[in-house]
Amino acid sequence: MPRSKVNDFGITVSTVNGSGSATANNTIHKAISKMGVPVSGRNIFPSNIQGLPTWYSIRVNNKGYLGRLENYDIAICLNQSVISSDIAGIHKDGLLIVDDSIKFEKPISSVRIIDLPINEILTCCEMPGNLKGYLANMVYVGVLAQIIGIDLKKINDALDQHFNNKKNAIEPNLEVVYASYEWAQKSIDADYGYNLAPIAMKEDQIVVDGNTAAALGALYGGLQHAAWYPITPATGIAETLEDYIPKLRFNHEKHTTTCVVVQAEDELASIGMVVGAGWAGLRSMTATSGPGLCLMAEFLGLAYFAEVPLVVWDVQRVGPSTGLPTRTSQGDLAFAYNLSHGDTDFIILLPASVKECFEFGWKSLDIAEKFQTPVIILSDLELGMNFWISAPFDYPDEEIDRGKVIWEKDLEEMKQAGKEWGRYIDVDGDAIPYRTVPGNLHPNASYFARGTGHDRYAHYSEDPKDWEENHTRLKTKIKGSLPYLPEPIIRKGIKECSIGIVSYGSTDMAVSEVFDHLNSNEVYCDYLRIRSLPLTEAVKTFLDNHEINFIVECNRDGQMKNILSMIYPDIAHRNISISKLDGLSLSASWINEQISAYLKDGKDAQSYT
Amino acid sequence: MPNPIHNTAINLTRDDYKGRPSTLCKGCGHNSISNMIISACHELEIPPEKFVKFSGIGCSSKSAAYFLERSFGFNGLHGRMPSLAEGALFADTSLKGIGISGDGDTANIGLSQFKHIARRNVPLVYVVENNGVYGLTKGQFSATAEKGLKLKRHGENPYLPVDIAMEAIAANASFVARSFAGDPKQVKELIKAAISHEGTAVLDIISPCVTFNNQDHSLHSYSWGKGHESPLHELSFIPPRDEITVEDFERGTTREVTMHDGSVIVFKKLEREYDPTNRTEAIRMLEEAIRRNWLITGLLYVDPNTPNIYDMYSMGKEPLNRTPVDKLRPDPNSLRYINHSFS
Repeated sequence: MPRSKVNDFGITVSTVNGSGSATANNTIHKAISKMGVPVSGRNIFPSNIQGLPTWYSIRVNNKGYLGRLENYDIAICLNQSVISSDIAGIHKDGLLIVDDSIKFEKPISSVRIIDLPINEILTCCEMPGNLKGYLANMVYVGVLAQIIGIDLKKINDALDQHFNNKKNAIEPNLEVVYASYEWAQKSIDADYGYNLAPIAMKEDQIVVDGNTAAALGALYGGLQHAAWYPITPATGIAETLEDYIPKLRFNHEKHTTTCVVVQAEDELASIGMVVGAGWAGLRSMTATSGPGLCLMAEFLGLAYFAEVPLVVWDVQRVGPSTGLPTRTSQGDLAFAYNLSHGDTDFIILLPASVKECFEFGWKSLDIAEKFQTPVIILSDLELGMNFWISAPFDYPDEEIDRGKVIWEKDLEEMKQAGKEWGRYIDVDGDAIPYRTVPGNLHPNASYFARGTGHDRYAHYSEDPKDWEENHTRLKTKIKGSLPYLPEPIIRKGIKECSIGIVSYGSTDMAVSEVFDHLNSNEVYCDYLRIRSLPLTEAVKTFLDNHEINFIVECNRDGQMKNILSMIYPDIAHRNISISKLDGLSLSASWINEQISAYLKDGKDAQSYT
Repeated sequence: MPNPIHNTAINLTRDDYKGRPSTLCKGCGHNSISNMIISACHELEIPPEKFVKFSGIGCSSKSAAYFLERSFGFNGLHGRMPSLAEGALFADTSLKGIGISGDGDTANIGLSQFKHIARRNVPLVYVVENNGVYGLTKGQFSATAEKGLKLKRHGENPYLPVDIAMEAIAANASFVARSFAGDPKQVKELIKAAISHEGTAVLDIISPCVTFNNQDHSLHSYSWGKGHESPLHELSFIPPRDEITVEDFERGTTREVTMHDGSVIVFKKLEREYDPTNRTEAIRMLEEAIRRNWLITGLLYVDPNTPNIYDMYSMGKEPLNRTPVDKLRPDPNSLRYINHSFS
């Protein structure tokens, strides 16, 4: 008899994309979370609209670990083409729930099997014929509910929410769920050992995807303009802006908006519009993914050099090239860090949770305007397109900071005081000049912005002194931003230790679990999560304080490890790269294996060396 | 409706509209166009602070520094002038945008942004200083160079040209004109009309490059233009505050188009009948001009009433870039409601 697993198991559902399984999967995910049980869900989907395999993997974990599992306890298979690999991924003693029309060789392992008579169950339900295909997915919802104990009331609530309380949509779905639940009650008498136990829930817990969080953060940050071009997995950010602007940023009496969103003809144009708007005094941003960021490189160099504030969300997918458009990675870090030809420094923010997507969403606009420079935020598909449990979003705790924008009155005062204004004069000694924007009608307000060499008045200049002074000031300006960037988060191990773990972004989900696991197994370590670039002193100190630093990230080459080694060459030999890129997020078990193997053999055990 | 800009009582001289000294070659057509922009803006009595200049990269785009020094300007990237303007102009819709581009900047690297700004009808005077050649990189063919053109370094051009006015009309531009830098009077009237147009106004101005493409046989040379210019009409721009007097024009020989701001363009008939509000006729005329190597000039097409991008986006009268910060951040209650909707 396999051991009983309460609130700690994994489920994977394989279907054919375009078959409407998203409703079923979201319902399971939502209903479990409504029971107060920590749950995460990942959509592993193809770059296709209809007909290819798609998976939804659900992890229930009482400790709240959200990282991906390598194997699962329950596989629900509705797709003939993937049955063998689905079976191969089930833990021994696991459970396979399979559409009874699928043919397969019975596994030799002790996997238990339930044949699901989907058509037979559906014939008991009344439904419009055209919905039959979609409703077939609700069969596994009902059966799973019976097996692991999902509260039917919570399924009802989840469907209410999903269909916005539309009765004619909810009822046929519910009917299938109930019929399937009853079928399972009658036909299955075993206890498979996977059970949910409701937990008194924190009342304000939310479930939301990173892209929605990013867009909302921007709207609460006073975003005024966005331009974008459709690209997976970033599209959701722009679409969410469009959804919420009528509710949050529209004056319905005057019929005027305070935020404009334009779908551009390509990424060259979307970043061009964003640079134009940022220059003209609008809080402006775009959302894209790696291929789009490639196209934006030239404009971002211009924005850095002409000192134009703006925000770019890069929701990373797998590159290079078109790569894997629907799979996740942290592969754009090195590119973003070194973006554009010539000498540049880009401020990069690295959110690891939906809450940070919201927070960085508004904060990035303040940072961009305060330092008159582009801010790039690296999210990824994992974080951006999946739904995560979170504490609610916090209302911004700082006033909007528009930086050193000056208007007619300010210029007049300067004039009266005998002070001259020039766009690139460092008046305050902080390397941040004062900025005017079009529409300022003071006769001294205007200047001619340019990407060519310029003096302090923005006039064209090839004078070596002008070039060097300007670039030295730019470097100083970005250095000055460090105290305003999100500090790294450090978790101390339970004892003094010589092992450090470093990570960033969505990989934190798995690394948090690894950190707990190692410490509770007497492999004491500290954990630092980088939240922004350029690097701050706190990162250096952490690396200095550990004899070995494992840098964990989801890309092939260990891009953060390379940056750390480049910036701090004297301690580069302590950096051990734990990195991998196969399109899936890193799992805690894989990271554990790598670290354990290294500590045992003293050598790099990872797949890519 | 009279445009409030025109009514601003200002005492500015032509000098107030000038720019930095030009560094282009002596005799460059672009300098003549800059001068006409200065004159047009001055004569319209619009304060220079109400203009914003945009340009791409190339000789043409440098010229944006040589007029309207009291206006804001942004010299951006090669072929990407339109997108900069599209973003910036949302900040204050009372501003008048003037974009300066060249034939390489528009018809080669920037063809996409050129066509898309036209179809969005962003209010912008889009001037293409068209000389058929790359100047700053010393004499390569651009996409508007005619087939068979010979250049010193590159031999004979094997490709058929892109016709900028035709591309603009195909992209549903609401104002399309062609002119010749050697005809400054027409250039100036067209610029005035373009400034009053509340949409994208494309001015394809043949502007000879005296250094690399001014041979007599070249379709972009002064001598070709002077010998072959064939105006569709003689046009005059009448600002909204001025009355049109009968003596100015003979009855029966003129046609008028009233612009959205109340100004009027008066077209005096020359050899042929031409209706600049007829898009089909404009396409036919351009097609004929291409076949016969005519340098037709004038306002090829105008529709003063096409909705522009501001109409599509609920832009208020208050400039967006002056919105007070308390209007930019929704209140805490709204966030509580949103959090609840995700629970």
